Amino acid sequence: MWHMILRRIGVGLILIWVVSILIFAMTQILPGDAAQIRLGQQTSPEAVAALRKEMGLDQPWFVQYFSWIGNLLTGDLGISVAGGATIQSLIGDRIGNTIFVTAIVTTISVPLSLFLGLLAAMLPGGKIDKVVTAATLGLIAVPDFLIAILMMLVLAVQLDLVPAVSLLNGTEGFWKKIYILILPITTLVIVVSAQMIRMTRAGVLNVMSSPYIEMAILKGVPRKRIILRHALLNAIGPIVNVIALNLAYLVSGVIVVEFIFSYPGLAKFMINGVQTRDIPVVQACGMIFCSSYIIFILIADIASTLSNPRLRHPK
Amino acid sequence: MSEDKAVAEETPTPENYDELHDAPPKNRLRLSLIGKISVGIVAFWIVIAVIGPWVAPYHEAFFIEEDANGEYFDDPSYMLPSGLAWLGTDYIGRDVFSRIVWGARTTIGISFAGTILAYFIGITLGIAAAVNGGWIDTLVSRAVDAILTFPSIMLGLIIIAAFESSIPLLIGLAGVIYAASVYRIARALGQDIMVQDFVMAAKARGEGLWWIITREVLPNAAIPLATDFGIRTIFVILFISSLSFLGLGVQPPMSDWGSMVRENMEGLRYGLSGGAIACVAPALAIASLTISINLIVDDISAAAGGNLTKKMV
Repeated sequence: MWHMILRRIGVGLILIWVVSILIFAMTQILPGDAAQIRLGQQTSPEAVAALRKEMGLDQPWFVQYFSWIGNLLTGDLGISVAGGATIQSLIGDRIGNTIFVTAIVTTISVPLSLFLGLLAAMLPGGKIDKVVTAATLGLIAVPDFLIAILMMLVLAVQLDLVPAVSLLNGTEGFWKKIYILILPITTLVIVVSAQMIRMTRAGVLNVMSSPYIEMAILKGVPRKRIILRHALLNAIGPIVNVIALNLAYLVSGVIVVEFIFSYPGLAKFMINGVQTRDIPVVQACGMIFCSSYIIFILIADIASTLSNPRLRHPK
Repeated sequence: MSEDKAVAEETPTPENYDELHDAPPKNRLRLSLIGKISVGIVAFWIVIAVIGPWVAPYHEAFFIEEDANGEYFDDPSYMLPSGLAWLGTDYIGRDVFSRIVWGARTTIGISFAGTILAYFIGITLGIAAAVNGGWIDTLVSRAVDAILTFPSIMLGLIIIAAFESSIPLLIGLAGVIYAASVYRIARALGQDIMVQDFVMAAKARGEGLWWIITREVLPNAAIPLATDFGIRTIFVILFISSLSFLGLGVQPPMSDWGSMVRENMEGLRYGLSGGAIACVAPALAIASLTISINLIVDDISAAAGGNLTKKMV
């Protein structure tokens, strides 16, 4: 088992390495000249050449790549083209803000989705199941921003209950922060839970069609007991997988939500970077987001290995 | 006499044959009422996408500056719905209704082109990998794994940061990103079908590879791929709309549903008695399209026996 987990971690590290090469290739090599972009079109070729030398762009690509990745590993994320400040000084607070929101969303959405998913799976085709299935089916097909703007319109503008933008000054206490962030948090909980509920339900129902469940039904075990004792325990692997995958979806959901509510998080910072074509910022944020995505998927894999006795004790 | 009757009742007749639990899937597709409504909505938007510019009251970039009597407005932005502008005006005084009608073409056109491209790339490579195996399979599968390690929107952001956003770039981006998932499905389906007896028989008859692919593999993969096509279209619509919403997709002055939501977000602050409708209406247009496609797909897979709910009860 340990062998398997170590191998998975190794594969995860390789993936992160591949992603770093791809991000570097897509942003540094293909579009040609970062120095030209930084100086604009109206500059002399000498000035561009001088800046290229200063930025190290006259070096071969693999030298550039290794100096970039070496800096990343030592915590030097580079210098923002707009403003010229170091990126790590710019993202310090923002990373904390993004982690805060995602942590709160996870704490709410995971138990909520497990509960609703199981409730729906208890009586498939029943009233609760129909409502839950229809609601989640609609929600997963809807753009994230529709949910966000509807909530903003109803709760913040029409009813004036909560703030419409999530601006923090850094001195708020925990509950005050939650209050300010109530709209982004609720939006993300809805977006992430819809998918998780469906998959939890599908996971449990999938197990419900296996022979040992049929055996339990024939023995006369009550349905509730079958689900809680037989189906749920065997569905833990797939469900843990789903949870981690959805935390990975959270990575994308957070982009739209931070943008709408002007939340000073990492995703908003990255979008600004893309709009101003601030390549070092995009590279650094892209690496952070993609690495966390890969780590979540890695955790999912390991968790489902651990929850499956047959994988835990291979023959 | 009575025995004969009992036997006659148990023998499947053409009428109740379909209701047997082990009856083969019906060929004729019966949609539920919701499914029919959904087909109507999707058809409606497709028609609008085609004829939009001819039926829209105004051009997408036209500013409504004066009323029917030729009087100039003090402030033409975020006007309420009226006979002049059915859904009101947007943040700089353009007709929201006309822009939604024009935008249908952009949003649906780009998403559809992106999905088609994804399918073209995905199926070609997927079937090639399944039929051929070997180095094509290894090479493409690794490339696909690499694409799938990125959250799709993240890949979009990085590429758009590198190249400037344009419509061909958006189509290509959606095509390549979603081709990765299509490839996986097509390859898995292809591998399943390639080991079936009828393919063996075709090979034994001496049929060529092309014949086997077009006559045996593709027809048998068609139904699962068609369902997946619906789901994939939804993802592409949401992907393109999200990029446009972030200001990184379709660029002004072209109208596109996702960018319309962003442009008019300021209007939300004025509430329903102000400019909120300019922001909400295009978002609802996207939702009506994606939810309808989802309901159709759900209906089709239910009819094909894929719906777990119906099996369980």
